[in-house]
Amino acid sequence: MSNQNKPRSHEPIVWLLFAAGGMIAAMLMPALVVITGIGAPVGLIADGSLDHERVIGMLGSPAGKLLVFPLISLLFWHAMHRIFHGLHDLGIQAGLGYYRVLCYGFALLATLLTAGILFLI
Amino acid sequence: MSDGSGQIDILISRYDPERDDQPHTERFTVPYQHDSSVLDALLYIKDRIDGSLSFRWSCRMAICGSCGKMINGVPRLSCKTFLRDYAPGPLHIEALHHFPVIKDLVVEQAGFLDKLPEARPWLIREQEQALADGPHRQSPRQRARFASTSACINCLLCYAACPQYGMKPDFAGPALLALVERYNADSRDQGRAERMPLINAEDGVWSCTLVGNCSAVCPKGVDPAAAINRNKLESAKDYFLRFLKIGSGGAE
Repeated sequence: MSNQNKPRSHEPIVWLLFAAGGMIAAMLMPALVVITGIGAPVGLIADGSLDHERVIGMLGSPAGKLLVFPLISLLFWHAMHRIFHGLHDLGIQAGLGYYRVLCYGFALLATLLTAGILFLI
Repeated sequence: MSDGSGQIDILISRYDPERDDQPHTERFTVPYQHDSSVLDALLYIKDRIDGSLSFRWSCRMAICGSCGKMINGVPRLSCKTFLRDYAPGPLHIEALHHFPVIKDLVVEQAGFLDKLPEARPWLIREQEQALADGPHRQSPRQRARFASTSACINCLLCYAACPQYGMKPDFAGPALLALVERYNADSRDQGRAERMPLINAEDGVWSCTLVGNCSAVCPKGVDPAAAINRNKLESAKDYFLRFLKIGSGGAE
């Protein structure tokens, strides 16, 4: 088969979202887990810095929205892409088109919901 | 672990298409010493116990790439795998997974060989340099860019290890895509645009889910998983930048 007949895959679109989400999952999430999941409960974080009003105030600012929107939405793309390809690794071959819509549709829905909620704050 | 010599039980998956409906297992007991390889055991069986046993081999020194087998379920070169590490056995030898079996341990390699030309595994020049102009000079740093991928011996262990190739035989596969990277990374080559359609295809880099078994079993230290995933970035760049004509030059 000649190379020129091979149709181009559209995978790069979701793969780049997956890759960006992977960078966040690897580089930022561990720090956030340490700060919010361990630091705050055991009192390593200054009192009041993670209070509800303060966090809402941060999310109300354009910079806060710009920071949190990719943080949440890209992680969904990362997870759903990995789950979709995990199906193939698990030997599930039938109905991949259906699972593709389900997985990426969920990531898209989560992205839109994140944007909507951030917009309302 | 033993002291390095003795007897070992070997189970071999046998299949004769003229007699058998499906493969069956036969047991052999062979002597071994500290330096006996699995290939030595197969040769011992063929010479002294059952001359009908079929398997491929040639160089005995891990460079010809013909003696790959499944050894206790893991694809390995039988000349580079030692009996002492499996004593007292039993050691189970099968034909490489993911390829049709022709006889006993011999597989049909067409699934790889037929795809080989798609990688354009040769130096492509827009214009040949005249002989009088001398050789294409290459710095050690330029040579180092493809030193590891050029070590591939086409033994197909990576195909036997790859679950994606097992499920999807149209997938170009680890060795082929590492070969693409080997020529694209060569400073003397100008054929990247001819190879991009294979990289960009669904059966190219995008069928890989980075399981990584290919790199784990490679007997020559090639890292096909890394080569493939570097090319995912190249393909993603090519996908979006082709509109700006500044991409890596993939032909549509």
